[in-house]
Amino acid sequence: MDTETTQTLNKYVQDKYKYGFVTNIDSDRPKKGLNEEIIKFISQKKNEPEWMLKWRLDCYKKWLKMSDPQWANLKFPEIDYQDIYYYSAPKGFESKPKDLSEVDPKLIETYNKLGIPLEEQKVLAGVAVDAVFDSVSVATTYKGELEKLGIVFCSISEAVQTHPELVKKYLGSVIPPGDHSFSALNSAVFTDGSFVYIPENVKCPMELSTYFRINAEETGQFERTLIIADKGSYVSYLEGCTAPQRDSNQLHAANVELIALENAEIKYSTVQNWYPGDEDGKGGIYNFVTKRGLCKGNNSKISWTQVETGSAITWKYPSCILKGDNSIGEFYSVAITNNFQQADTGTKMTHIGKNTRSKIISKGISLGNSQNTYRGNVSFLRKADKARNYTQCDSLLVGNKCGAHTIPYIDSKNNSAIVEHEASTSKINEDQLYYCRQRGLSHEEAVSLIVNGFCKQVLQELPMEFAVEAQKLVSISLEGSVG
Amino acid sequence: MIFLNINNLNVSIEGKKILNDFNITINEGEVHAIMGPNGCGKSTLANVLAGNEDYEVNSGKVIFKDEDLLDLNIEERAQKGLFLAFQYPVEIPGVNITPFLQASINSKLKNEKKPELDNLSFAKLLRKKAEELGINTDMLKRSINTGFSGGEKKRYEILQMSVLNPELTIFDETDSGLDVDALKIVTEGINRFKNPKNSFLIITHYQKLLDYIHPDHVHVMRNGKIVKSGDISLASEVEVSGYQNF
Repeated sequence: MDTETTQTLNKYVQDKYKYGFVTNIDSDRPKKGLNEEIIKFISQKKNEPEWMLKWRLDCYKKWLKMSDPQWANLKFPEIDYQDIYYYSAPKGFESKPKDLSEVDPKLIETYNKLGIPLEEQKVLAGVAVDAVFDSVSVATTYKGELEKLGIVFCSISEAVQTHPELVKKYLGSVIPPGDHSFSALNSAVFTDGSFVYIPENVKCPMELSTYFRINAEETGQFERTLIIADKGSYVSYLEGCTAPQRDSNQLHAANVELIALENAEIKYSTVQNWYPGDEDGKGGIYNFVTKRGLCKGNNSKISWTQVETGSAITWKYPSCILKGDNSIGEFYSVAITNNFQQADTGTKMTHIGKNTRSKIISKGISLGNSQNTYRGNVSFLRKADKARNYTQCDSLLVGNKCGAHTIPYIDSKNNSAIVEHEASTSKINEDQLYYCRQRGLSHEEAVSLIVNGFCKQVLQELPMEFAVEAQKLVSISLEGSVG
Repeated sequence: MIFLNINNLNVSIEGKKILNDFNITINEGEVHAIMGPNGCGKSTLANVLAGNEDYEVNSGKVIFKDEDLLDLNIEERAQKGLFLAFQYPVEIPGVNITPFLQASINSKLKNEKKPELDNLSFAKLLRKKAEELGINTDMLKRSINTGFSGGEKKRYEILQMSVLNPELTIFDETDSGLDVDALKIVTEGINRFKNPKNSFLIITHYQKLLDYIHPDHVHVMRNGKIVKSGDISLASEVEVSGYQNF
């Protein structure tokens, strides 16, 4: 690689994370450490019914007997679970404010700075937002309008109070708490997250969105999101996240469960931009996320789209269980790693029903000293007649200190299943850069253009309002490191 | 104004000398053709002028529009009005020509301190130029050069040229790999674009291209320098007796 390319790359790499500011707000948090007392504290703070507390404690007991999964291609020191705060709320959040006038102006300003205004008149047209700050939901916009259609969009803490029957029925039904240690941990200590219920035959008229912000230091964020799309309904949901720049690592272990009943469709998009650590690999978020969707009914569809640019460590496999006949699962992913970031991400498609179809498009871009792994598991159970999967994994390497790895597992118990797998690894080509620059584009513009082109198949799956943002984010993530 | 003057240019790649005291002067509105056998340094000349960093300029001077060209990097040369029609245009998957060329033309306009084109006016300009060249709009929706035939790629180069309106266009063996029909379409494009303000440097192996584009000057190049200059009749001479007599 020529020196200019290396310089451009380095400049990209060193570009500052612009969401790294801290909001100075008094927070209310108990002592560090994980024990039954803390779980009772969280449950009490949220005014939870007895069954919820019992569920949490059962999960905690499961967690105690488990150790963290070790199979991922990630290196990090063992997490000390007793050195983390499990609950942090801005002072005065004994109950969620009824409207914005009750919210601390510092919080509103924080979200404005992040480009997420909470005043409805300023909100992106057609997007309803639930804003989660550390362990609590700060505000949910457009609630009234959605209620008219029977759509429930609120924080999960509220849903436990207002829709206990739905929460009881579906919470943990897609991700059993005993699945692995992070799901058990999340189930025990989850603090907030979003709850969505779309009634039969309702097409949700706007994008629903949750914005997660970790602010307090040494605090873990354990969000829990549950989305239920009843028969014939449709919803598109978007999640965004950022965190301040800190030297210490912070843990984020979310669980997201989606349930699509007959003929229902859920589209779930993530733009993940947690603080990735500095150029020496110091600090950053450890992102251990479990996302799983169940296509429960026939002809249902779940589609995951993710743009992963942040976090020091990403451990994340949004998956689909294709139980209903003719159901469809999709996974579109762009994962960019820079500096010393490590990502082990991919998906799991489990074909159970007849004629189920899945599609996986994964684009990994590695820069700097980072390691980027695609891990996929496609399985066909005995009854999955004529099921099909198409997988395409492309990796782009920038520089010669990074790594890209593709680890696909395919397991078929049905002879009629059809699997297609395509994979490629390439480097940014000097000829492409020369061509673009000969047309007057700067080195940086050329790199960003080529990488955006590489990701296009995925970016075009994002809802329109966010596709442009995502493109910009891709360019920013490259800064200093592409060439 | 000195439009283009190359004075005693010496260029090497990995220690091997390729251009050897090379000289040429091109004035505004002139069409020059350089012919020569394989390995004589023709393509090196094109790439050195475009600023390709693989080559080492050992000595000599290049003045383009009164400025020292060798002081500028690749994109600055392009922004100043130098366009290279590539021999092998590269594929850029997923990148559409519209935003690409819009960024390109705006980089030039910005450099000239002129207002940049917005999306709508650029789209109009692109469509107009494509229509003039008989390029159908479906082709504009595809990724740059991706999956194009040789002829399509070259037509795409001509389209880019006519949109960017460069003062100096260098054709690096644009005729290579083209059949007669494609050659005709490409040269018609070039002729349509020709005007008293724009100059061309056409690098080619064969005379055929010059049957369609009539150069004002023809040069024969061997061993890194021009060995003979003349008018179009020189091209016929090459065609008849080859390069060995030069």
